[in-house]
Amino acid sequence: MEELSFETLIAVFEEVFGTFLFWSLVVVAAVITIGYIYVLIRDRAVSWRKFLLAQLSMPVGAVAAIYFVFWVTKSGFADMGGPIDIIVLLGVGLAGAIGAAILVYTVQSMIAPPEQES
Amino acid sequence: MTDSRDFTASRRGFLGLAAGAGALALAGQGGPARAQVRTSAHIVILGAGAAGTALANRLAERLDGARITIVDGRAEHWYQPGFTLIAAGLQPANYSVSTTDEWLPDGVTLKPEYAAEIDPEAKTVGLAGGERLDYDYLIVAPGITMDWDAIEGFSLDMVGENGIGAVYAGPDYAAKTWAAMDRFTEEGGEAVFFRPATEMKCAGAPLKYTFLTDDYARRKGTRGATNITYAAQSDSLFGVPIVNEKVEMLYDDRGVERRYDHVLKALDPGRKVLTFDTPTGEEEIPFDFTNIIPPMRAPEVVRQSGLSWADRWVDQGWVEVDQHTLRHRRYPEVFAAGDVAGVPKGKTAASVKWQVPVVEEQLVAQIAGDTTDAAYNGYTSCPLITRVGRAMLIEFDYKNHLVPSFPGVIAPLEELWISWLMKEVALKATYNAMLRGKA
Repeated sequence: MEELSFETLIAVFEEVFGTFLFWSLVVVAAVITIGYIYVLIRDRAVSWRKFLLAQLSMPVGAVAAIYFVFWVTKSGFADMGGPIDIIVLLGVGLAGAIGAAILVYTVQSMIAPPEQES
Repeated sequence: MTDSRDFTASRRGFLGLAAGAGALALAGQGGPARAQVRTSAHIVILGAGAAGTALANRLAERLDGARITIVDGRAEHWYQPGFTLIAAGLQPANYSVSTTDEWLPDGVTLKPEYAAEIDPEAKTVGLAGGERLDYDYLIVAPGITMDWDAIEGFSLDMVGENGIGAVYAGPDYAAKTWAAMDRFTEEGGEAVFFRPATEMKCAGAPLKYTFLTDDYARRKGTRGATNITYAAQSDSLFGVPIVNEKVEMLYDDRGVERRYDHVLKALDPGRKVLTFDTPTGEEEIPFDFTNIIPPMRAPEVVRQSGLSWADRWVDQGWVEVDQHTLRHRRYPEVFAAGDVAGVPKGKTAASVKWQVPVVEEQLVAQIAGDTTDAAYNGYTSCPLITRVGRAMLIEFDYKNHLVPSFPGVIAPLEELWISWLMKEVALKATYNAMLRGKA
């Protein structure tokens, strides 16, 4: 447990998703993140109306993330064997929820900037 | 947009998981090299498998001016921990195949042929093509030889037909074994598994494959029509007592019958019968599916070299090294790493990962006229798959003590999903990083 290089981490991800899919995901994630930062800076405020809808997307994101992980790892809920498994699964779900919320918020802001809101 | 949302979510979700996996991967000792050491020594490495390749990369980085020659006649590099996944239908045969050449650093000379002779007195290695290499330091890492001929009635061209498998024989044979197991579990019958009485690569693999066959029979609804027998070569299923107890419990749970002190002697493909030597004479067990694992020995070139133990493993010929420094006990300029090393534990890639930094440190110190405390403690690891989706992350040392990388977090004797994830997705990346000397 002495060293964890970034290079190894990248190699692990490439192995998990395949090289092409992994880098595609990185690009998609980067674009969404940049878009999110862009709309925050542009609007200089969080729109709570959009945030509400974004929140509603969170359960969907959580479920999608969990099933995606099950799909790539050829496993399922029945394979949960102990507390650490549940913790990892909840972590996956949480990350999926946050990712979905950011995505939905960003998309809304792109489609409907504040001046177009009533 | 749904797709991109999934992807974003998953990318983030995996961060924590992969961090854990990466950390496991690096549970071994340190990365490569601090200060470089200047030398004009000629280092010959026999074998470009896991140990030889990793050492070539590490030494090329660590030594300035050294001449490094690596000798291996096989153009393909095999990721052997993947064989079980191939034989379980979870990966294609090419999952384990890359080229020997692609892992080697610039400045290391590859001799693409096998060694024919080692003379540790004259410090020379003779190659199959007739060339003779003089060495200052020799690293013996040619791996293991499968003695298929030792099993009467068996030949490798039988694999894939008549319920005969041979996971260890290579990626293509592992794929053929899957084809046979897939057919078998469609209908059920008698499955018989065993292991040889010699030391062997990854002693957990025969146990895993038994679990996997049980799992597929259950998933296909044929477990009721299936008998599964595991015939151990000694009086236990696994050499580490605490792990043995756990596997006994799980085999009880899964309904796997056990025989003990059974060593395979012969296979009759026509009658579909395996003949075992037992303390009370020969015993026949009929099979509809089996995984042939032959006796394993050091390669002939090593056994003829005078480097083997004279009083231990005499029929197997492992190299006589100190079990902590991996330096030869009679020829101090010779080291052994990987499967061929004559140490009581550790014929796995995980062991290689821990052995390689020790050999590197010991050799570099020796070249610099120094000494080091770097020592191999017998660490080895076995992600013991208990079904598709679950495994036990078992790690232990020379003392048969469990040495978990994540004590209190990943329990070694629990069937866990996270341990499965490590085996299924994180291990190969770790292995590749190790080959490049990065882990």
